[in-house]
Amino acid sequence: MIQFDAVHKRFPNGTTAVHDLTLRMPEGGVTVLVGSSGCGKTTTLRMINRMVEPTSGTIRVGGKDVQQQDAAELRRSIGYVIQQSGLFPHRTVLDNIATVPLLLGWGRRKARTKAAELLETVGLPAETGRRYPHQLSGGQQQRVGVARALAADPPVLLMDEPFGAVDPVVRTQLQDELLRLQKELSKTIVFVTHDIDEAVRLGDRIAVFRTGGHLVQCAPPDELLARPADDFVADFLGAERGLKLLSLRTLADVPQGPAPAGGTWTLVLDEARRPLHWAADDTRIPVRPLKDTDSLLSALNESVASPTGLVARVDADGVLTGVSSRDDIHEHAGQAHTEARVAA
Amino acid sequence: MFELFKNLGEWLVSGEQWTGPDGIAHRLAEHLQYSLLATLIAAAIGLPLGLLIGHTGKGAFLAINLASFGRALPTVGLVVLVFLASGLSMTPVYVALVALAVPAIVTNTYAGMTAVDPDVKDAARGQGMRGHQVLFRVELPLALPLIMTGLRLALIQVVATATIAAYVSFGGLGRYVFDGLAQRDLVQVLGGAVLVALVAVALDLALSGLQRLLFLPHSRLRSSGGTPTRTA
Repeated sequence: MIQFDAVHKRFPNGTTAVHDLTLRMPEGGVTVLVGSSGCGKTTTLRMINRMVEPTSGTIRVGGKDVQQQDAAELRRSIGYVIQQSGLFPHRTVLDNIATVPLLLGWGRRKARTKAAELLETVGLPAETGRRYPHQLSGGQQQRVGVARALAADPPVLLMDEPFGAVDPVVRTQLQDELLRLQKELSKTIVFVTHDIDEAVRLGDRIAVFRTGGHLVQCAPPDELLARPADDFVADFLGAERGLKLLSLRTLADVPQGPAPAGGTWTLVLDEARRPLHWAADDTRIPVRPLKDTDSLLSALNESVASPTGLVARVDADGVLTGVSSRDDIHEHAGQAHTEARVAA
Repeated sequence: MFELFKNLGEWLVSGEQWTGPDGIAHRLAEHLQYSLLATLIAAAIGLPLGLLIGHTGKGAFLAINLASFGRALPTVGLVVLVFLASGLSMTPVYVALVALAVPAIVTNTYAGMTAVDPDVKDAARGQGMRGHQVLFRVELPLALPLIMTGLRLALIQVVATATIAAYVSFGGLGRYVFDGLAQRDLVQVLGGAVLVALVAVALDLALSGLQRLLFLPHSRLRSSGGTPTRTA
């Protein structure tokens, strides 16, 4: 667990980057720090591994005051990923990943073996290890950056806008990978972003900062979306925050019935009973069948796009299990909001 | 004109011109000795200074002013000045040559250090490298091509200027230039000058070849952006 107590950071030029911050970041969870530029989120992150020293207050990692520890040793025990990957251009990918193990004196062979393992963990082919960073795409470089941070198996991972510089498609992939990794590894992750959608996707808790280094609200994503503390948070979450909340809920609980027979529109299936499209006379409208794990938001979207207002539901193999109506989906969407308001 | 070049050619290749204490081989060895020793001393002073300024970011004004200082320094004047102060010895020559070479080394080393991507340095610190580890494992290797360029520039300048050793009655290829001038022997003057130029070009080619050999496989990986700074 990471604990900030009355932490204050003033830079020599007089600007206050972080104002009287008291915050707990739970063990094994992802805490996302969000806010617009200059709100102190990156400074907050960098105070954890002493890349920035606080003016006053204490920061504890695993109960130990970071100020009482040797800065270099502290940093070796904390994974650190930055936006432009910061890979060493003169070292191979494998040696980049092996950086911290080598600093810890593991010996070259053991460090390289571990590095090769991590390449696989972050989803890169083994031959990538012999390449140099400039030979990789931006997304691959970020994966190497994550692998380097994980190399010595640190309990804490600091990520400073790690996916900020890659295109949206790759960004979504990297987010998925991080969620998968986190399921396996259960690190205590502190993640800085200015992208609220990324925060909602990744965060177990989201801390919203306002310019001047004030923490405005720290809450789980659904609570934040349902009950923003003030207008600033509500504005920051955006006009679609109601819909964002639905992205956190699945449609598993929405009831489903048999597909309609004999209406204007027919749901056409292939021989394995997988939905193909809606058909009426000579019109065909594509259908995007949803699994139980898909979000209420995508169900809502699909129900609006469907000519019948019905959403095709499938199992893991894509075989039709039934359909859900627009009304049922709406009702559950409303319930999700009610629950979020009441809970927590 | 043709006669002059013919005589020059004969002077350069004649056997007796190459042997003996006043022969080209001996003068060449002296010239190389002065040049290499002066560059070595300059590197011993300039490299640590440039690395320190680049690593700490403190004293950048020193590096920049050294460049203009080096450009403005009258080498012969310096030789005479130290000569007057210290009397007859090689000291004035080495002082002048070292003073000439240090700015080129410091400014290029500094330029190489500042060209290292700040994100890379930040990441190095963030992974838990100590100051000296960041310097020797990250900054120095990345700055090395520009550092080498500085050393090369310094050596070439020193080779060209080491002729002044003869000015204060020492050896080296400058002997021919100054003796030739005194004896109104144009062939000898030209011969000395051509030899100095040939040595400078040969050393430059050799060093750039070595540099390419050492860094070509990586050259595109290194952080670029810094251009070598000439001081003369």
